Amino acid sequence: MSVAHDHDHGAHDAHHHEMSFIEKYIFPTDHKYIGKQYMFTGMFMALFGGFYAYVFRMQLAFPNMSVPFFGRVSPMEYNAAITQHGTVMIFWVAMPVLIAAFGNFLIPLLIGADDMAFPRLNRLSYQIFLVSAVVLIASWFVPGGAFGGAWTAYPPLSADARYSLTPMGSSMWLIAVALEFAAFLLGGINFIVTAMNGRAPGMKWNDVPMIVWMICIASILFMASVGPLVAGAIMLLFDQNLGTNFFDPRRGGDPILWQHLFWFFGHPEVYVVLLPATGMCAEVIPVFARKKLFAYDTVLYTTIGTGVLSFFVWAHHQFVAGIDPRMANVFTITTVLISIPIAEMVFLYIATLYGGSIRYTVPMLWALGFIFAFLIGGVTGIYLGASGADIYFHDTYFVVAHFHYTFFPIAFIGTFTGFTYWFPKMFGRMMNETLGKIHFFGTMISFNFIFLPLFATGLGGDHRRIYNYNNFPELATPDLQNLRILATVALLVLIAFQFIFIYNTFYSMFFGPISGTNPWKATTLEWTTPENPPGHGNWPPDNMPTVYRGPYEYSVPGREDDFWPQNQQS
Amino acid sequence: MNLFQPALSTFASDVDNLVMMITAIVGFWYLATNVMFFWLLWRYRAQEGVKALYVTGHEPELLRWITYPHYLIIFMDLFVIVGAIKVWYNVKQNLPEPQEVVRVVGQQWAWSFQHPGADGILDTADDIKTVDGLHVPVNKVVHAKLESRDVLHNFSIPVFRLKQDIVPGRVITAWFEATQAGVYDLQCAEMCGIGHGLMAGRIYVESDEDHLAWITANTPK
Ligand code: HEM
Ligand SMILES: [Cu+2]
Ligand SMILES: [Cu+2]
Repeated sequence: MSVAHDHDHGAHDAHHHEMSFIEKYIFPTDHKYIGKQYMFTGMFMALFGGFYAYVFRMQLAFPNMSVPFFGRVSPMEYNAAITQHGTVMIFWVAMPVLIAAFGNFLIPLLIGADDMAFPRLNRLSYQIFLVSAVVLIASWFVPGGAFGGAWTAYPPLSADARYSLTPMGSSMWLIAVALEFAAFLLGGINFIVTAMNGRAPGMKWNDVPMIVWMICIASILFMASVGPLVAGAIMLLFDQNLGTNFFDPRRGGDPILWQHLFWFFGHPEVYVVLLPATGMCAEVIPVFARKKLFAYDTVLYTTIGTGVLSFFVWAHHQFVAGIDPRMANVFTITTVLISIPIAEMVFLYIATLYGGSIRYTVPMLWALGFIFAFLIGGVTGIYLGASGADIYFHDTYFVVAHFHYTFFPIAFIGTFTGFTYWFPKMFGRMMNETLGKIHFFGTMISFNFIFLPLFATGLGGDHRRIYNYNNFPELATPDLQNLRILATVALLVLIAFQFIFIYNTFYSMFFGPISGTNPWKATTLEWTTPENPPGHGNWPPDNMPTVYRGPYEYSVPGREDDFWPQNQQS
Repeated sequence: MNLFQPALSTFASDVDNLVMMITAIVGFWYLATNVMFFWLLWRYRAQEGVKALYVTGHEPELLRWITYPHYLIIFMDLFVIVGAIKVWYNVKQNLPEPQEVVRVVGQQWAWSFQHPGADGILDTADDIKTVDGLHVPVNKVVHAKLESRDVLHNFSIPVFRLKQDIVPGRVITAWFEATQAGVYDLQCAEMCGIGHGLMAGRIYVESDEDHLAWITANTPK
């Protein structure tokens, strides 16, 4: 059975029906192409996000130098660079790649459907996303310059051009973000409906691969949290352009209201991007440990628990923002409690390794690297959730280092996990293992050398969003400066190693060895397509898969093969 | 190399001790998890002729390894929560009676300070106004009335472990009692626009005599 939907190009019976170039590549409705469009758009945007990081890190390490490929960085440009870096990385890299690209590519394949439930809605979602990216990029070149009021856009600074001095930049930034939200609302509903209605016959809830659960739960979190912020964004747009005063206190508005709206969305958003990345680990670790995922249903419950709790922690970003101090006590408790499901999830992944037969392939290395790095992000979060300690840490580089130990694993390590694992399914060829391993170790080591020093500068008193620490006598010390230089040099090394990845990707895409349909000897449905990469409709319409068992049946006693695909009757 | 800023207010070492306690707890978890993780990675590497185990994760004797540590986490979370709230209560909730009240005004992109002057009362003729330097006596409870003329700012003094956003349209009170005379950094720690990186102030913590001398020398005639 397949999802009931209206294909705008009928002819479904002929599996190999020909599509025009435009239909296939420019305006596709095939979920695999839309997934790839999201993937490559997201990776392209990552170049900008990374370039901005390079610019502001160079300025911090070598203040007032002329940065190669950029020039001297003015305070205004510095603020714009960090703001656009943060915005791009979260909304135009992590979201499109983790949710949209993998969600689109994987969900139909993993549940045995021929496409998404609403293929044309899907195409619309990508098109809106593309427009949002164009608006964002355009906003960097308008008179007055790009918005520089931080990715959190706190009013009154963001609400009034007299304060921000970027009349067009702020509004275009806001419009771009709002459009991006619209795109993901369309995508999210599609994922959920598809997973609910499109599953292959026989696929019960506990036969659904974890990544599908994770992307759907993430979509629910997104959709449930973003509404208030969209309303807030429109109010902010009115404040900027129509002279309303929702957020300006001098005329009756309340700036803290924005913070609540922003973080009521912003904190769940962290889990929106986290869940797909952990879902990748849940897929990859069993395959290469040749082991069943440890306690499938408990993993699922911890995910749901984390998702629900994530709606009750937002004000930990506002401990010292001027909220009623008694409120901090409530949010400290909820925040520290979130360690319970998250720690449980990490333990379960680690427990999956027990008794395994572990193969250190490139995707497996990335999945393990995710756990290693995310653990640091997780434990350092406790410092910030503890209100008393956050008085010191708030808005320091300790926070910057902490959240990069969650975001970098999510946006990059998680992506590399999924990308290297499903590459053979996307392009029908294998990537080069040696280059993959060089890229893995180079990236992991340099990544740690960027952000470990930044924990230390944060402890030493470096506050965020400062373009030159020489203005602060206590921070203008050689010790702190050496750490800043170390972080920047490590970033340059990290960037250099990404060229290996880019080369490996494009070379393997065209010249890598042909992979066959199931190179990793995995059990889930995407590896059972007769064609590789799967053709339009994924399976022949008269031969759609039926599911007989759970997604992680590895090393089942009494069987000769150490994997038992979901669709094999016996 | 000593990275830490010295702890120079009455509550600064409480904050530091809380940080130390959290370090002990999460450090333990971090190490224990990594030891387990790397041991499993080494012990169960693929070996010729050895097949993986088939377990579901619901075997009680295996699940124990997850649940017991997990109870321990919940138990340790309680320490973190109680410790955090205790420190928080003393810094932010329970303000001791002031011995000196000053006004701190943030604006794009400078600080201005209003000191009570010789009569010890704010908003009288002998108030002393300064820009970029706040003068306070050592070993006295000081209340800082935080105000902003335009956007959000943040009144942050790292050596005191004190940080508080300043919200336009409101007066927020922060308190501290400095324990050592000296001159320290005062930062704006909330993005406030282009000059955010320039909002460096200084706080002068003075002995009683020095403070009096400063007041005498600067009282407006
Ligand atoms: C490529 C490696 C990266 C480096 C070297 C890097 C570095 C930094 C640094 C140093 C800051 C602080 C700038 C400042 O406060 O002055 C920053 C801010 C930020 N970064 Fe990154 N980052 C990287 C990747 C990422 C990723 C992958 C994400 C998210 C998915 C991310 C999200 C953010 C956000 C949200 C901010 C806050 C921006 C703001 O203050 O408005 N970064 N980054
Ligand atoms: Cu949060
Ligand atoms: Cu500021």
